[in-house]
Amino acid sequence: MSYSEKTKDLYLSQLADIKNAGIFKEERFIHSSQAADIEVEFPSGSDLKKVINMCSNNYLGLSSHPEVIKAAHDGLESRGYGMSSVRFICGTQDIHRELEKRVTEFLGTEDTILFPSCMDANAGVFEAILTSEDIMISDRLVHASIIDGMRLCSAQHDTFKHSSMEHLEEKLLLHSNKRLKLVITDGVFSMDGDTAKLDEMVRLCEKYDALLLVDDSHATGFIGKTGRGTHELCNVMGKIDIITTTFGKALGGASGGCVSGRREIVEMCRQKARPYLFSNTIAPVIVSGVLKVFDILSASTERRDKLEKNAAFWRKGLTEAGFILKEGNTPIVPVMLFNAKLSQDFSKELFNEGIYAIGFFFPVVPNGQARIRTQISAGHERHHLGAALEKFIKVGKKLGVPGLTKEQIIEKFGL
Amino acid sequence: MEENNLNEMKELIRNYVIKEYIDDDDTTITDDTPLISSGYVDSFSMVSLLVFLENKFKIKIPPSKATPEAFDSVNNIVALVNQYLNK
Repeated sequence: MSYSEKTKDLYLSQLADIKNAGIFKEERFIHSSQAADIEVEFPSGSDLKKVINMCSNNYLGLSSHPEVIKAAHDGLESRGYGMSSVRFICGTQDIHRELEKRVTEFLGTEDTILFPSCMDANAGVFEAILTSEDIMISDRLVHASIIDGMRLCSAQHDTFKHSSMEHLEEKLLLHSNKRLKLVITDGVFSMDGDTAKLDEMVRLCEKYDALLLVDDSHATGFIGKTGRGTHELCNVMGKIDIITTTFGKALGGASGGCVSGRREIVEMCRQKARPYLFSNTIAPVIVSGVLKVFDILSASTERRDKLEKNAAFWRKGLTEAGFILKEGNTPIVPVMLFNAKLSQDFSKELFNEGIYAIGFFFPVVPNGQARIRTQISAGHERHHLGAALEKFIKVGKKLGVPGLTKEQIIEKFGL
Repeated sequence: MEENNLNEMKELIRNYVIKEYIDDDDTTITDDTPLISSGYVDSFSMVSLLVFLENKFKIKIPPSKATPEAFDSVNNIVALVNQYLNK
């Protein structure tokens, strides 16, 4: 046996360090379908508690939609459970290609390739299309999966200050001698809920002959007038070279992701992207569910419209109650508390009151920027949001937060 | 290196680091502040600093020497630059 006491102690010590640093993550077990109302076992072994879910990525409320569930059942019956093969051997069904075409049509791109997740799409795309002669220039707040993907790629990398177009332009000038320049951003930033300035980024990329990649995982399906994403919001449909996105959030929320964009770039991924080449793709049952999601979204904008109204109602309510929010116009609404312990205490008190929302602090967000990140869904009815608002105010008053400025909160609770 | 020149170099580097990487006005950077290990500078952004040093001091730093450790404080960076200035 090679797992010696010494090895075991090494891991125990590392786990103790994580606990001592206060960043040990514990799962909460949900005993119901994903929805606005859920039943949660937390801590492990406790009685079930009915709570309102204010922290899921179920933006459009489609995770447990009856038509999506039925389509998944039908897909299971007609195409089976698994593929037992990667795509290019015998793991591609007609419905995989059909989904790629539907995504292409929805996003207004030229072609699409599916990946087991958007994490995999981001892990594979950079290495497939760039070499050491090239440069990747990313916003400093891009998602962890993009950072991992860049690490796997031999191209050089640089960053620009979050959403600073002046800084991006400096970097494009600095690296003007590179063979290819790829500018990389999230469409909607998951922790702050703000949107990238894609119109200005497209202009700069055109000026300096650079490619543009947008991870629109927190946007596809609901941002923009018809929910196509951040590129629709910024009026640059057809001008984004590469969009990566997920089916694991608004689009049914199961799993899977894709790279969509210029035809040749997608083909390069099909030839070279390792998570595509060496892993099974999305299971038929999920493909069938996502196809139904696109039917629903193409037929009506009712859900994204409701989501927009819900998010506006929630923002207004929290602002009027005296909380400090991150500016934005998305369903991600961060309530700023600045102090890490305060964010944890706030979350715990909310849970006791039947509201499920998580506190985030360093290193997930910058030091001194602790917050409760709330995420609004089209699955929320006004009574959910009204109840959640009432409890936020109750807990806020108990802890003495509403009405305080950032400086006053820091003075009272520390950083 | 004379003390005046050394202080001037430290100031140049410190000012560049603050302008390029520090967004928060409240943050104070001393010559010993850990830059990368404490999260002020992420390792992906080091290329700008490398290009700045090479252009400013007319030196060439081999990629193998441009490590996160070598860039982890203003003092470390000054030591690195000095190695190549004197060559």
